[in-house]
Amino acid sequence: MIEVQHVTKKYGRVTAVDDVSFRVERGEILGFLGPNGAGKTTTMRILTGYMPATEGKALVAGYDVFTHPIEAKKRTGYLPEAPPLYPDMTVREYLDFVARIKGVPPADRKTRVTSVMQRTRVADMADRHCSKLSKGYKQRVGLAQALIHNPEVLILDEPTAGLDPKQIIETRELIRGLAGDHTIVLSTHILPEVAQTCQRVVIINNGRVVAVDTPENLTARLAGSETMYVQVDALGEEAGPVLATIAGVTRVQASASGGFEIESERGTDVRRDIAKTVVTRGWGLLELRPMRMSLEEVFLRVTTKEEEGKDTNGPDSTPAPSPVIGSVNG
Amino acid sequence: MDSVRNVLAIAGKELRSYFASPMGYILIGLFALLFGAFFRVYLTGFAQRSQQMAMGGGNINVNEWMISGVLHNAAIIILFIMPMITMRTYAEEKRSGTMELLLTSPLTDVQIILGKFLGAMGLFAAMLVVTAIDIAILFRLGNPEWKPVVIGYLGLLLLGGCFLSLGLLISSTTKNQIVAGVMTFGVFLLLWIVNWFADSVGPTTREVLNYLSITAHLEDFTRGILDTKHIVYYLSFITFGLFLTAKSVDSERWRG
Repeated sequence: MIEVQHVTKKYGRVTAVDDVSFRVERGEILGFLGPNGAGKTTTMRILTGYMPATEGKALVAGYDVFTHPIEAKKRTGYLPEAPPLYPDMTVREYLDFVARIKGVPPADRKTRVTSVMQRTRVADMADRHCSKLSKGYKQRVGLAQALIHNPEVLILDEPTAGLDPKQIIETRELIRGLAGDHTIVLSTHILPEVAQTCQRVVIINNGRVVAVDTPENLTARLAGSETMYVQVDALGEEAGPVLATIAGVTRVQASASGGFEIESERGTDVRRDIAKTVVTRGWGLLELRPMRMSLEEVFLRVTTKEEEGKDTNGPDSTPAPSPVIGSVNG
Repeated sequence: MDSVRNVLAIAGKELRSYFASPMGYILIGLFALLFGAFFRVYLTGFAQRSQQMAMGGGNINVNEWMISGVLHNAAIIILFIMPMITMRTYAEEKRSGTMELLLTSPLTDVQIILGKFLGAMGLFAAMLVVTAIDIAILFRLGNPEWKPVVIGYLGLLLLGGCFLSLGLLISSTTKNQIVAGVMTFGVFLLLWIVNWFADSVGPTTREVLNYLSITAHLEDFTRGILDTKHIVYYLSFITFGLFLTAKSVDSERWRG
């Protein structure tokens, strides 16, 4: 549905986006994750046809956004970082205007405006001027605007920025509900948001894609090794050295909570052996569970690796793609 | 058909935004007031003169002695008021981020520009229509010819169109309304007075300067003379201004 192929964007000598490629399948929600200034907004602006890429191309619903902008834009709904509202229009007037310029047929306009206002829960503010809306309502009117022509593709730039926790949950639910009918790309720098809403994540840093995967795989694969948390009742024996002898285990570390963190080689599952050892020794097995890195840790690891690479190569050389994750083309 | 609808959607939005704030009303009111003031000055002058003429047994033409002068002065008011119409058109959209909405909608740059131009022309036309009240009084009390009046108004409309297209161009280059307004006014003034220097230069340059002067072309219109030469000048001026605006918007897009 969306295809970004080797897109590079330079502002003068500054490279904001550097050879970014990814795909989004129909009905999928893709999270676009990165620190502020990583190139998320620039990539989205290229995808929506707001600005052309310096190199590479972007396809939306099969249309090149540069050579066939009108066709691509008809199929794209876009919520920029700041909702693009006209302060002196009421919500209803505003949505009616957007429906006009998005090419909604005149006969459907009224029903589309009404239904989209209900869907985004702004109907109670229909006749209020956009300038008088609270931040949360502004954001939702922005979302309503993006949905008005029922586009196949939705590009949402930080849709939950500036909302209160309740509104954030509501907005996430709304977005999740839109998947399936719509293909969605949403950017954020809030990590739990990605884990909760997105099926796949693109992590971008300094204009480069450093990782693409599902949130679960990312956390699992990035760990580099499998880690188990084990708590045993060793009946007075020293459990640590014994556990370290199990085949495949690379490291055993006593954790503060009284158990052990057991790291093993990637791809090996040592749970059976741990259980067997514990049982044959006659110990009590109190707890045995896999430990995963949180997305925060993944994110920090991926983005700081990049920084380190940059330092060793000097400021002018481009850093090598992060070695942490192999496949970058989802 | 689609493109006409898009242009009209933008034009309607522009027009509505002028009247959503006091701006539209203030501009119309201000123009009507200043136009009325000039009208009164000319009317008094004309009344005295025609009395003197009547005593001598002659008659003077109201078109020639009054309307042409009033319209000429209206052009000066237009010079001052137009920057206020155009200064916000692009600058405001860029500042508030709504430019992002327009540029990511299935519209071409030309449709957006034409829409904005038509919207501004709509407000300007409304301003001119209000002044028709003064002219109507003349028709009620006197016996002017209507043709020169219509031609005069056409001239003002075309002159206004030039200012608006140029104002749009300047507004499209900046995020700051005030900068846009001041620059627009400066450029208008320059185009206005460019032929004042015509006397101090060589014959060829003089011709060029006279041709460039935006007011020299209005002269014939206010006298009720319809000359294709001037219509061509104004229409090409407008087209060129809008063309450059399209280029400016496009280059903005490339620069980000």
